[in-house]
Parts: sequence; C-alpha cells; structure tokens
Amino acid sequence: MMNAVLVGMLIFSVVSAAFGGNMEALSAAALSGCGEAVTLVISLTGMLCLWCGLMKIAQQCRLTEAVARLFRPLTRLLFPELPAGSPALQAICMNLSANLLGLGNAATPLGLAAMQELQKLNRQKDTASNAMVTFVVLNTASLQLIPTTCAVLRQQAGSAAPMEILPAVWLSSVASAAAALTLARLLRGGRH
Amino acid sequence: MGFTAWLIPLIITGLFGWGLACGVDVFDCFLQGAKEGLRTAASIAPALVCLLTAVTMLRASGGLAVLTGFLRPAAEALGFPAEALPLALLKPVSGSGSTALLHQLLEQYGPDGFIGRVASVLAASSETTFYAIAVYYGAVQVRRTRHTLVSSLAGDAAAMLMSALSVRLLLGA
Repeated sequence: MMNAVLVGMLIFSVVSAAFGGNMEALSAAALSGCGEAVTLVISLTGMLCLWCGLMKIAQQCRLTEAVARLFRPLTRLLFPELPAGSPALQAICMNLSANLLGLGNAATPLGLAAMQELQKLNRQKDTASNAMVTFVVLNTASLQLIPTTCAVLRQQAGSAAPMEILPAVWLSSVASAAAALTLARLLRGGRH
Repeated sequence: MGFTAWLIPLIITGLFGWGLACGVDVFDCFLQGAKEGLRTAASIAPALVCLLTAVTMLRASGGLAVLTGFLRPAAEALGFPAEALPLALLKPVSGSGSTALLHQLLEQYGPDGFIGRVASVLAASSETTFYAIAVYYGAVQVRRTRHTLVSSLAGDAAAMLMSALSVRLLLGA
C-alpha cells in the first residue's frame, strides 16, 4: 500500500512537472529533499536521546506505571490484547500524554519506543500487529488538547480570538479519530 | 502561551529531581535511554530519506494545483471551502509545508473568516499521516502495514469534512 502511494506520488510529480514546465525545479527538489531528510534526522536524534533518557528515569521510579493506570479505561478499549502493566502499554500511555499536552517533539520519540515494545510482542516481525495498526492510526489522528502552533499562527495574522477555534478543533479531532479507529477495527479481519 | 513555555523545563527538571528522590542513578539511567534513542534515530533515517525525497518532488512539481482544480467541485458540494483545499491535500504529507501554507491562508483570507477558521481547525485536528506511518514502521522494520494507511486517510478525510461542519456548528459561519 505504501509502495503504491510512493510510486504514484513520484509518477504524478513527473507528469505534472512535464505539463507545467517545472522539470528543473523537480530535479532540484529531488536532490534537496534527501538532504533535508538527513537534517531532520539529526535534529530528531537530539530529541530521541533526550526523551528516551527521560522515559528511562520515569520507568525506574515507576512513574510510567502510574500514568498507564490513569489511561487504563481507554487502553482497555483500544488495546484489549495487551496485558495491564506491560512495558508496551506504559510506552503507549507516555506517547498519548505527550500528544495531549501538545509536545509533538516528545510524542515521536516516545511513540517509537512504544513501537519497539509492540514489536517484541509481534509474532510476524515483518507485518504490523493489530495493536500496532491501532497505535499508528491513533497517532496519525491529531490528539492534542491545545494546538499551540496553530494558535500562534492565528495570533500573528491578527486574530481577535486565536483560541476560539478550540471547541471546533476538539469536535473535529475526536470525530476523525473515531472514524479512523472504527475503520481500522472493521478492516482488521480475523487473522490475529 | 505562557503555560507551554513552562512545561518542558518543568518536565525535565521534575523527572530528574523525582528520580533522584526515588534513589535512581539518574545520569546513568538517562544514558541508557539515550543510547536506545540513538539506535532508533539511525533506524528511521532510510525511511525518511525516501519519503522526503518524494514529498519535496511532489511540492515542487506543481501537481498540487492540478489536484486542487480537479477536486474543487467535490469539495464545494460537501461544504468545504475550495481555497483551503491545498492545505487538506498537503497536510497528510508535509508538516512544515502545511504550516507555511496555513500561515499564507491566514494572511490572505484573515484568521477570523470562514476560510481562515476552517483552515485553522483542519490544521489542528489532523496530522502528517505519511510521515508518521513511514517513521513508526521504519523504526521496527515492519514492511507490511496492512490497513494502517487506508484507516488513517479515512481519518484525514473525516477531519476535512468535520472541520467545515464544526466551524459552521460552533462558530456560526
């Protein structure tokens, strides 16, 4: 699926550039894009080390366990196959907290830690488990309570009330996350 | 916005302080975790190079304008402002690109009009789907992602429809 989308994106880009006369810009973009990726990885590396280190401390003093207990009603519903108190569930809850607080930079490292824990429980290592699909879908739906970046942009543009969109954002996020998770549940089939 | 500035320093200091109070060797413990982070960074690099090359090419090709024109009648029929359509198309593939585009839309149409509000809600209630899928699965070398992409894209489509609907319902225009 990702393969088809990737190739589709490339073909569509080349065809659009050919008709729009943008081939030189496209050529330059291909070469700058791969460099940008490495810059992104380098800036992510610092974040990954910082948040994974902090996560380890939180684990050692049993703080992650406490957070996981707090989220238990939600995780029981979303990840019924994961046993209470498992490291995977703790990592998932840390990622959820970071998302809710709007700490996108922390959510990715914590999410990757959760994926590694989920992979330990996965029986087919090259195929996503049901819990992985649910978790990634949850992360592709935005969960943040306070959309900081968006509010800052609105303020800069001279909005009279940058935060007035909050209720609309919550309604839209919850509805779209619910739609995505419901579809994921319907499509999982009986395999796992 | 004052609250968010406090959050990260307090979390970092609080965790170190709490760890020390619990008798944890905080520095050694941090290094163990950071080492794992370093390994993760190396494992997501190949996926990011592939994805960002394709995304940067898509943005430079002018294909977004072509797609916008193609989808305009459908969006208008669903009550979604066509001006915000490029944002809906860019958001799943590029985080920095969609932030720049939101900035542009807010400057051009005003943050408190219908277009500005819908664009804000859409940007805040969806995520960079392709980036998340590529990075999360890339980190654990899972190749078959099953129904992840379909479900996530359905969520993005729902966010698009709901952003226009919720602005109408809750903000009146």
